[in-house]
Parts: sequence; structure tokens; C-alpha cells
Amino acid sequence: MSPELVRLIWEAALETIWMVAVSGGIAMAIGLPLGVFLATSGRGELFAAPAVNRVLGLVVNLTRSTPFIILVVAIIPFTRLIAGTSIGTGAAIVPLTVAAAPFIARLVETAIREVDPGLVEAARAMGCRPMQIVAKVLVPEATPAIVLSMTLAIVSLIGYSAMVGAVGGGGLGDLGIRYGYQRFMPEMMAAVVLVLVALVQAVQSGGERLAKRLNKRLRHP
Amino acid sequence: MSDAAPQALPLQVLPFPLQRSEPLARNAAGARDTTGAAATAGAAGAADTAGATDAAGEPGPAVGAGFIEFQQLGKTFPARRGGAPVTALEHIDLSVARGEIVGVIGRSGAGKSTLIRLVNGLEKPSSGRIVVDGVEISSLGERELGPVRRSIGMIFQHFNLLSSRSVYGNVALPLEIAGVDRTAIRARVEPLLEMVGLADKRDRYPAELSGGQKQRVGIARALATKPSVLLSDEATSALDPETTAAILDLLARIQREFGLTILLITHEMSVIRRIAHRVAVIDGGRIVEQGRVADVFANPVHDATRSFLGAETGRRVPEFIAERLQPAPVPGGRAVMRIVFRGEHATDPVLSQLARELGLDVNILSGSVERIAGQPFGILLVALPGDADTLARARSFLDARRLHTEVIGHVA
Repeated sequence: MSPELVRLIWEAALETIWMVAVSGGIAMAIGLPLGVFLATSGRGELFAAPAVNRVLGLVVNLTRSTPFIILVVAIIPFTRLIAGTSIGTGAAIVPLTVAAAPFIARLVETAIREVDPGLVEAARAMGCRPMQIVAKVLVPEATPAIVLSMTLAIVSLIGYSAMVGAVGGGGLGDLGIRYGYQRFMPEMMAAVVLVLVALVQAVQSGGERLAKRLNKRLRHP
Repeated sequence: MSDAAPQALPLQVLPFPLQRSEPLARNAAGARDTTGAAATAGAAGAADTAGATDAAGEPGPAVGAGFIEFQQLGKTFPARRGGAPVTALEHIDLSVARGEIVGVIGRSGAGKSTLIRLVNGLEKPSSGRIVVDGVEISSLGERELGPVRRSIGMIFQHFNLLSSRSVYGNVALPLEIAGVDRTAIRARVEPLLEMVGLADKRDRYPAELSGGQKQRVGIARALATKPSVLLSDEATSALDPETTAAILDLLARIQREFGLTILLITHEMSVIRRIAHRVAVIDGGRIVEQGRVADVFANPVHDATRSFLGAETGRRVPEFIAERLQPAPVPGGRAVMRIVFRGEHATDPVLSQLARELGLDVNILSGSVERIAGQPFGILLVALPGDADTLARARSFLDARRLHTEVIGHVA
């Protein structure tokens, strides 16, 4: 493999990491509070607002059920509004974020709902205000599960990022299609797949290790 | 317990003085209320209640009534889809004096969990009032309940410790919530851990502790904000008998040291016997019997109470006698009598006196002597000649010694 091709792969890998990191970061910033809200705003819950809960749930489901490649195209006007353009790595971050935030919200919601309701009761009995229950009980107790959720979301984002090549998003997926497929360079395709596998593997095992370290329930005397 | 701890915490979180909405006398007389109208023990019960110390010289409940008051309290849960509304509690009248340990006993589903959750406002009553230290809990909103709840500690059957926090962190949590600063938290938490015997487990996590240790953390956490009331929700039900005894002894010690008022719920009479001063029996959402523990043990009136006591030694009639028992006297037969000994009389040689002075043949069928609510308490099942005259003489002899007697049947 020529140094030229190695450089191409290196640059594409950096683009992928950049897209995933930025969209993942923004999606977390949106998905985390949204997930907490979804988990605590049902009827009779901490921040009971059943109507808002239902509307938000619907929006989340809508985004989640749209195939990603369609979402990318469908929100082009929105992308242009945010990024100023609809082409390129920067622009690709917009659909990636839009797809990942609701996904993360659902995962966080599940993680929060797994927290023992007895802990919420104990916190209320101590005089905790609802926000304190979220900050001191729900989120810390759900943290190991949330870390695993984020790992899953990032792995999915790496997969999605391969599709944004369709709108000129760059990255490893784009490289694989243009060189490996359209130019009949199987060694390029193989290299791209290998790098993607390595990326996913690194994220997955890193996330698992972190979750394990944060999970104090696994300790034994 | 060092008292040198910085007083960043308000000792008395409730801003109101002790108020009584009802005259004190009501409570003293109510010491022995039974729906079954067991007036017989009434006089003795009231006399006992009047003294702050009982026969065994143990400090009893401090003077002061109605620290926690349930007044005609009812709780109905709204209908779930396709079901009818569920009445968990109705017509609950219960008064807990300051510094008293009151146990509420009932089967699962009897409404006792709901009852205890009403005290700190985790549940709202559907009718009636619940007053704690003069504050009507049922009238407060969630926001106003915050400071009140800091004066009411609570411990749970499943401990409800945060798995993500160390022992220290769990005990510190209520203080963090109350906005206490770091140094004051340390000054409060460390003596508490010392007191419950967990100073060496300070940095461990709940998953590394045994059940008994977890409950000790729960107790330390409940006491962190220096509450005046402790609610115990089946706190020992998940523990083995030995650990249960240790935890109950710890609660009793804490109660004495801090003059806490404890309301506990349980389904085990042994818990009541070990630490409670008074007991209320709850069945089908109503309090069917309440009174001083020794009174209720001596003379249970309601079936639910009897069945809870059934498992306790000394109450049960041995099977070989039970199956021969007849309600009416049998000519030439013998009467089976239950004699309850309490306080100073528990150790009197009454039976030999009875035999000697009245010339009666008395044989013992079963019996036990133990400590209940800090005083000796014995139950004997004996057989005596069954004719009415002898029986009357025996009873007046025993009555004169203030022993509670009950003829439970006759055998041929």
C-alpha cells in the first residue's frame, strides 16, 4: 500500500473521529437531560408532566424510526441553517447529532428507570428536592448503565458516519465507497474495514472498562 | 458521641413548640383501647401508664402525649383500570408520646406500610389528620415537607442505600441535601459511624457489607440530621434472628440516648416484644387493638392479636390438651387456667402458695418466663380442680396478688 493511500486512510480516520466526537458530544448534551426528563415526567412521577412527556416521546420515536440515510436528506434545509452548508464533514455533524440525541435519550431513560424506586423514596424521606434526587441519586446510581449506553451510541454513530459520505461528509465510509468500491481497490476496502473494526473495538472495550470501574455494585467483600 | 460537633444543624428542625390539640388525659386513658371492650384490664393498665417508670425500674416513655397523632385517618387509593378503589386504612386513631417506641403489627396488606408513610408525607391521607410535633403533615406541600422530613428519620426493610456511594457518602447524603458544609458533615458523620460500629467500614461500598451492616448504615443515615422521630419500616424483616436482635438492641439504645420517638412497623411479635413500649395491631386497614405491650401480651382481645401471639411461647395451648378441651365444666374434671405473671409478681412462688394455702392440686401444663418491654413476663398454663367453688377461691387468691387469670376450658 502506497504512502499516499495510508495518508488518505489516516485523514479519513481523523475525519470520522472528529464527526463522531463532536456529534456524540452534542447529542449527549441534549440526550442526557432529555432522557432524565422522559424517565421522570410520567404520570405521578417526580416532574409529572404527562402531556409534555407524550409529545417528546412522539418526537423521539419519529426521529428514531426514520432511516438514517433518509433523515440526512430530509433535514438538508435544517443542516444548511445550522452549518451554513449541506456538504462536508462539518455539515454531516448536524444529521448525526439529530439521529443520536433521541437514541441516547431513550437509552438514558431506560438506565434511569432501572434505578431502585426505594432509593427515590429514601431520598424523599430525607427531604430531597426533585432536582437533588436527579443529581444526587438517579444520575449517580445510573452512571454505569449510562456509560454503557454512551458506548453503544458512539458505536452506532461510527456506523452512521459511514453513510454521510452520501452528502459529501468525508470519513472512512466515504473513502471505502469511493476508492474501495467505485475504483475497484479491494485492499483499500479491507484497510477501511480494519480501521473501523479497530475503532469500534477500542470504544467498546474502553466503555466497558469505565462502566465496570464506576459500578460499585460489583464489588465483593 | 461527641457533643462538640459544630451546631450547623438546627437541633430542633420543627419551628413549632409542642402543641396538643387534645387534652393529655385522653391519651392516658387511651393507653388501653380495644375495640373488643376489654374493660377488665383497664384499671391496671391505666395505673401502669401513669408512672414514667415501670416495675422493673426501666425508664419508660417520657411525659408528654400526642407527639405523633393520627386522627380519624383514612387512606383510599384511587381505582386502577378495571378495578375498584382500594381502602388501605380507615378510622385510624393512634397517639405516640414523645420518647416512646410504638410498634404497629399487621400482616402484609394490612395497611401498615401506608400508615408509616403518612407520618413523613410520602403518602397523603384521604381523610383525617396526621400531626407530628404540632405540625399537621397532611396540610403541607412537597416543598414545605422538606425541612419537616429532616426531623423525621426513616429506615427501610431493604435498606435503600445508594450503591454508588461509600458508607461515609451514604450517611453524609442527608446533610449534603440540607446544605451543611463539608467540615460540619465530617464532624457529624464520623461519630455516627462510631456509634453504629462501622467506623472501620467508612470507605466501603454497600455491596461489600452484610445485611446487618447495611442496616447500621441506614440507621446512621436516618440519624444524621438529628431527627426527633425515627420511622422503621420492617427494618429487620430481611435479617436473620441474631442480626435482628442486634439491630433492635441498637435502636433501643439510640432511643434511650437521644430520647427519640420511634414508630415501627413489623409483622413479627418478637420485634414488638423486644423493644416496643406500646403496640397497635392493624388488620384490614383498621387498628383492632392497642395498648401497652405487656397488657396486650397478657390479655389479647382481637383474633388478629391472638394469632400473632400464637407463635410466641407460653400462649399456645399444647395440642394434647387443646383437643380434649371442653367449654363447660366436666363433673369431677379439671379446669385449665392461664395465669399471666407480670413485673415484680413474675418471680413470686404463687403456685406453691396456692397449693399450700388452699390445699389444691395444681399441675403445670406449659409455661414460660421472659422479658417483655423490659419487665419479666410469664405465662403458665395449669390444671386445677374444676368445680365452681374451688375455681372461685383460686381466682380470688390469684386476683389478690394482681395476677391475670383466664379459664380457657375444662378437661375430663
